[in-house]
Amino acid sequence: MADPRFATVPDVRQGLRDVAYLADEGIAGVVFLADRLQKPILVEGPAGTGKTQLAKSVAEMTGARLIRLQCYEGLDESKALYEWNYKKQLLRIQAERQSESWADLSDDIFSEEFLLTRPLLEAIRSDEPVVLLIDEVDRVEVETEALLLEILSDYQVSIPELGTVHANQIPLVFLTSNNTRELSEALKRRCLYLHVDYPDLDREKEIVLTKVPDISDNLADQVARIVRSIRQLELKKAPSVSETLDWARTLVLLGIESIDAQQATETLHILLKYQTDIAKAAKELSAEAR
Amino acid sequence: MLDLLEGFIQELRAAGLPVSLTETIDAMEAVKHIPLEDREAFKYALAATLVKNHAHWRAFETVFEVYFSLRGPQYQVGDDGEGRPAPWRELEMQGQGGQPGGGGAMDALSPEELAGLLYRALLQGDDAMMRAISAQSVTRYAGMEPGRPVGGTYYLYRTLRNLDLEGMLERLMEAARQQAGGVLTPLEERLERDEFEARIEQVRKEIEAEIRRRLVADRGVEAMAKTLRKPLPEDVDFMHATRDEMANLRRALHPLTRKLAVRLARKRRHGRKGPLDFRSTVRHSLSYGGVPAEPKFRYPRPAKPEIMVVADISGSVAAFARFTLHLVHAISGQFSKVRSFVFIDGLDEVTRFFEGAEDITDAVHRINTEADVVWVDGHSDYGHAFQVFWDTFGREVGPKTTVLLLGDARNNYHASQAWIIKEMRQRARHVYWLNPEPRSYWDTGDSIISEYGIHADGVYECRNLRQLERFVEILA
Repeated sequence: MADPRFATVPDVRQGLRDVAYLADEGIAGVVFLADRLQKPILVEGPAGTGKTQLAKSVAEMTGARLIRLQCYEGLDESKALYEWNYKKQLLRIQAERQSESWADLSDDIFSEEFLLTRPLLEAIRSDEPVVLLIDEVDRVEVETEALLLEILSDYQVSIPELGTVHANQIPLVFLTSNNTRELSEALKRRCLYLHVDYPDLDREKEIVLTKVPDISDNLADQVARIVRSIRQLELKKAPSVSETLDWARTLVLLGIESIDAQQATETLHILLKYQTDIAKAAKELSAEAR
Repeated sequence: MLDLLEGFIQELRAAGLPVSLTETIDAMEAVKHIPLEDREAFKYALAATLVKNHAHWRAFETVFEVYFSLRGPQYQVGDDGEGRPAPWRELEMQGQGGQPGGGGAMDALSPEELAGLLYRALLQGDDAMMRAISAQSVTRYAGMEPGRPVGGTYYLYRTLRNLDLEGMLERLMEAARQQAGGVLTPLEERLERDEFEARIEQVRKEIEAEIRRRLVADRGVEAMAKTLRKPLPEDVDFMHATRDEMANLRRALHPLTRKLAVRLARKRRHGRKGPLDFRSTVRHSLSYGGVPAEPKFRYPRPAKPEIMVVADISGSVAAFARFTLHLVHAISGQFSKVRSFVFIDGLDEVTRFFEGAEDITDAVHRINTEADVVWVDGHSDYGHAFQVFWDTFGREVGPKTTVLLLGDARNNYHASQAWIIKEMRQRARHVYWLNPEPRSYWDTGDSIISEYGIHADGVYECRNLRQLERFVEILA
């Protein structure tokens, strides 16, 4: 078994903080466990709460290489795992047409040389430490999900022509999902589960302070409060952390020191992405006391 | 330790969480790596391995609280001076004029003083103080007696009534206004209020937890776990949902509709293959030297059904109907046309309320106030309502139409007019009936669901999200 990457949970937190990712107790704990148990993490939660960023930050923090598989509908084996390089195989066959017997040739063209590795295979064949990010796994079809199972549970890939490729090192795997569909039980069972939600007031303020360097403490506080207030409304899409940050940056650019209702209303479109939401929030923010 | 976990997992299962064997093993493995003193880390380690659905988190938390509440020094019941927050101890000194010892300092406070303390703690957002006061007020106001078979809500109610948190909010707002020099802008007002509400909510939770801890101390873990067990969100009964649960359900509805829409779209795209696409096949054959090696098929045009929803909105099933209307309209993109009708003993089309309505809650509200659904006395009369429907809109039911009937079929002993359903069935593509009552109640009393049911394509029990979701899949 490989050496654990982290000594304690607070270490993880501190490490993440050093790369400007503010993890709460749950996030750090699960990352720590994933390393110890050598299990992948399934990260779910609303869009824009830093799920993908978590994987990136962990990679940065451990100095590992980040390999990313962006999932989409129609993703298949040849794009996720490996593919044979037909053209090269074809050339090979043509080049050697006279000399070799079929048996030699057929062995030959299914060798490493003609293998095109794709992210998943790449991740386990790599010698250096790797963080594997399988992004938006809920977008692939249920059938394709099964492709992942072998890699997630045993860290190996079976290639019919070559045999089974075992991992050189155990990568730290993150799967993210926006929960547009229920993932299969088999997949969930293999993973640790982490739900990343909107941060609470203090953490959000801290995130704003960390990520938007020029912001004043007072403004960050106001930003966090207003965002919290807006999230309590019934909206089509609540503002995400990344939108909070965009908003904070905009306010700083505009040279605003402290927000009043009018400024808030005028810049709402950065925070919210639906006209109806904007109208609703604007009405609420400038409304007289409830 | 293993026994403890074993019991905990059994309790989770009893609460309805699906915990598999591998997950159990994972959990046991996980806790080996976590220092047990660290309660938070311990909790998250268990959650990460045992809970694979965020909607189950609250159920998990409750079970965890109850099950591990008596373990760990900071959750000691009773008043020993240790581990008290610093400000409290300070206060103890003040309150007693420097005399140490002798009964809990808080016991000596008058109710007004206690309220004053709480007010100050809330104003300053002093967590430790808030916690201490919560514990004290439970001791004082809840009037808990050992062994009394009263649920936690009763104690909670008594405690909260005495603390008068509502009034507290107003006082806090007043103070905030004073601080700002008299007036707050509406925005500031709103933000301050949010802040105080959050703090008060925290106190409420603190009190709830305190009561729970005491109840556990009194009655034991197993008994408490049983009484506190709450249904998972997808199992909450529409008809008997509390207001809190209803709000939760509405929140759960939005992601659900998105999920359904994605699934329906996907199913339609991948469900079947259409007829052979000759041109495309020939085009692709070029890369195989003219051999049509890979036949290409046209994508089928998905049949988008037209939907007519006919919902009973009389008192007994209103919550359910409202909910289903929400759902149907949220996924209306999946259907070529959605028309809604509501009835009690008269019937009215309400599609217009949804059109252009950005806010569906608003639309539902307008339906409840504006729609013309009462004919005689405002007691459901399915027979008459169907009659009106058939006479007025029956012509528009065609082979593409799917009719959804929502209601408990409690007809108050009026004529059933079940022949309408029969005719409807002949003309429509499908006729489904959703009944929010438990199956065992069907056909008891004035329920005549079978009379209608035999003519419909299917009658489904639909009392919670899980069942509703399953039905929508049948529908599409």
